[in-house]
Amino acid sequence: MNLTLKIWRQPDAESAGAMHTYQLSDVSPDMSFLEMLDVLNEQLNDKGEDPIAFDSDCREGICGACGLMINGDAHGPEVTTTCQLHMRSFTDGETITIEPWRSDAFPVLKDLVVDRSAFDRIIQQGGFISVNTGSAPEAHSVPVPRDDAMRAFNVATCIGCGACVAACPNGSASLFMGAKITHLGELPQGQPERDSRVVNMVAQHDHEGFGGCTNIGACTAACPKEIPLDVISQLNKDLRTAIKHGH
Amino acid sequence: MSHDYDMPDTVSAAEASASGSLDGDYDDAAGYYTPGTPLVDTKAPDAPVAERWQTRKFEARLVNPSNRRKLSIIIVGTGLAGASAAATLGEAGYNVKSFCYQDSPRRAHSIAAQGGINAAKNYKEDGDSVHRLFYDTVKGGDYRSRESNVYRLAEVSANIIDQCVAQGVPFAREYGGLLDNRSFGGVQVSRTFYARGQTGQQLLIGAYQALERQVAAGTVTTYTRHEMLELIVVDDKARGIIARDMVTGAVETHLADVVVLASGGYGNVFYLSTNAMGCNVTAAWRAHRKGAYMANPCFTQIHPTCIPVSGEHQSKLTLMSESLRNDGRIWVPKSQADCEKDPRDIPEDDRDYFLERIYPSFGNLVPRDIASRAAKYMCDEGRGVGPKVDGVRRGVYLDFAAAIERLGRDGVEEKYDNLLDMYERITGENPYEVPMRIYPAVHYVMGGLWVDYDLQSTIPGLFVTGEANFSDHGANRLGASALMQGLADGYFVLPHTIRDYLADGPFEAISEDHPAVVEARESVQGRIDHFLSVNGTRSVDSYHRELGNIMWEYCGMERTETGLKKAIDLIRSLKDDFYRNVKVLGTAESLNQSLEKAGRVADFFELGELMCIDALNRRESCGGHFRGESQTEDGEALRHDDGYAYVAAWEWAGEEADPVLHKEDLVYTAIEMKQRSYK
Repeated sequence: MNLTLKIWRQPDAESAGAMHTYQLSDVSPDMSFLEMLDVLNEQLNDKGEDPIAFDSDCREGICGACGLMINGDAHGPEVTTTCQLHMRSFTDGETITIEPWRSDAFPVLKDLVVDRSAFDRIIQQGGFISVNTGSAPEAHSVPVPRDDAMRAFNVATCIGCGACVAACPNGSASLFMGAKITHLGELPQGQPERDSRVVNMVAQHDHEGFGGCTNIGACTAACPKEIPLDVISQLNKDLRTAIKHGH
Repeated sequence: MSHDYDMPDTVSAAEASASGSLDGDYDDAAGYYTPGTPLVDTKAPDAPVAERWQTRKFEARLVNPSNRRKLSIIIVGTGLAGASAAATLGEAGYNVKSFCYQDSPRRAHSIAAQGGINAAKNYKEDGDSVHRLFYDTVKGGDYRSRESNVYRLAEVSANIIDQCVAQGVPFAREYGGLLDNRSFGGVQVSRTFYARGQTGQQLLIGAYQALERQVAAGTVTTYTRHEMLELIVVDDKARGIIARDMVTGAVETHLADVVVLASGGYGNVFYLSTNAMGCNVTAAWRAHRKGAYMANPCFTQIHPTCIPVSGEHQSKLTLMSESLRNDGRIWVPKSQADCEKDPRDIPEDDRDYFLERIYPSFGNLVPRDIASRAAKYMCDEGRGVGPKVDGVRRGVYLDFAAAIERLGRDGVEEKYDNLLDMYERITGENPYEVPMRIYPAVHYVMGGLWVDYDLQSTIPGLFVTGEANFSDHGANRLGASALMQGLADGYFVLPHTIRDYLADGPFEAISEDHPAVVEARESVQGRIDHFLSVNGTRSVDSYHRELGNIMWEYCGMERTETGLKKAIDLIRSLKDDFYRNVKVLGTAESLNQSLEKAGRVADFFELGELMCIDALNRRESCGGHFRGESQTEDGEALRHDDGYAYVAAWEWAGEEADPVLHKEDLVYTAIEMKQRSYK
């Protein structure tokens, strides 16, 4: 395959960026999208041009490090992470536009690399159950209905990649936050802190500059782990309940 | 998310090897090393194995809560072993600095572990116990692990499950709401707890959340996108690290009373492995060069069922559960001429189901090492399938046609759908129609920095946890035991043992101007400046790929004296060329991924050479280490307890000197060394 790549280049957080165009030939359809960029980088290196910076680590769709806007779609045309996208999803001769995540709360550090530390700070505000090591009761002392455990698991599969934010027209991280609220809220262990968790996480979310949910659903469509939209309903419901409780 | 919780059982126990007497006095590595003094672990109490940990916990001195905040701890790595330790030590009130190269602690590669976590809960009442988990782990490690450490691992395993459940880890449950277990890795009891095929992810998120909770509490400070590039040793004690801020390029000095390395394994020395792209040996290797011994570095675990390399662009390999071998049949064409054909056009008579042919009683379920080697031999013979990479087809078929006939397509889907989907996404081939292709890949390293019972290395004040240390898995690791070890070390072992060391602190304050600190910082700066100044012709990746090929060829599934010696020569000359001809563009004062990789690959060269020397010295086959010279008539691994029942701990002696070999004899008081009875 021969491709035309339009890629966002930006030397650092302070400098202005711009789209640059590259031609790449002999791309194998079996390459992953990131391997295609590896090949381009090898060629740039040979020519003495600075390789394109992008994040990736596990390259098996679970660490959440990678994430690119590909032709305007977070993680590209398939429902998966960028690292699990393969070139067979594109056609010979195609022009592919590659940009970093779009969000004020995820500033660009270089080229396609963004700063997602806002997600860590949201978790710090309550995305946990307060239990010190060694103080846990016997695991079987609290049975958890299987359906609750399943739902908790299904939403706990969020990989924190940020695609939901990048896809959202209002740059909201509600899907990310809702997934955590729902994961911990479905479990008996998560009940004692349920009210404070949602109130504090939402406050941090807003403080970081993420937008409010506007019920578009682009987040769940882009989510490589298919986190359902109803976690945002759960989030809003928990917030309402917490406020009613006087938080 | 259509899949249910249930995952199929996994096959093939890591069995003990056959054992035999050495037929001579061998010193294969003569000329490559210097013999050193014996090494002993002085920290495990002299008590029956079942009482050692209780005794040690009692004897380890306490630190007054009001003194803890004055004591500082650096922890490098935020996987299961690092995040759990950082959270726990933060909760205890110490002043913790946590470092990771990723942009968030949650991305450490523990997250990719699929299968599960073992614990001796005996919830199934099927005869499991601490002693049985201990026994299985020592046997699975082919009697090359340290008894005291393994017993303790089994002992604290049950606490891990309690802790994780309390944190909200959504383990699989039964209809009654209690935790589900499955049998894993061929053991005969069901002791593996799991969260679908994403157990590592769920456990890591639990530890990460506990860590972030401590960040909010002010006890832990995280340094993300920071890479440790040197250990600071002052007056023979580990006192800090030099780290590079990977965004600004700033070379920073971080001082502390104690340093913990939880920096993971070094499987990426093979370039292609199931490790994440960033996994590296640099933190451990820098510590090794400063005096921490490296133990059994050649012990590598290779998994038979990975997705094969599709071309020279390949950047990593993906593991598929070995459970596929329960129902899939492995074959290659009988004739080389058929290797390019569509496999569906190759008639039954022209197929060689080689595992069933060579091992009629075990068939496709032979242990991992045998399955892996047999696949390699077929491809070496020229009967591999799939695309040619570097001139050779490296793949064998794993065929579900018979299973589909027997169980129906629905039956196969129910058991393996998620795996087969993953395969299709990566390869673009539908495994329900075309046989899958598989090939072995490096997955885990049992070797690592030598530690005593306290998890302290040979440098006082430097502790090592998780995959980065060597102690618990011997020559092979059982399935679902890596997660157990990472969390055991971080939640329940290190927090107790480190206090005995910290009871002597706070240690004398040192300034950033101390000559040892300046030396460490300048050596880091010197290396960075060197890589950027060479301006040669080859990329870092091209060197890494070539090193990986050497390691895979000569220090992979089968190692021989001739091959290893050749590999050492090849590595030395490649390393030489690297320092003279590598091309790293960009600047030091910016985000520069080529520069990051250059430092890691430089350390992989030295590690790779030591792995070959270690493999050369160990003229026996055990666990994941197979020496061609040490096999039974049937091609099975042949262990030599009379010659090699020791830990090989290597001391760095300088760039121009041979490493020094210190042996720690392995003594078993609670179990007897057994061998595999294969027939």
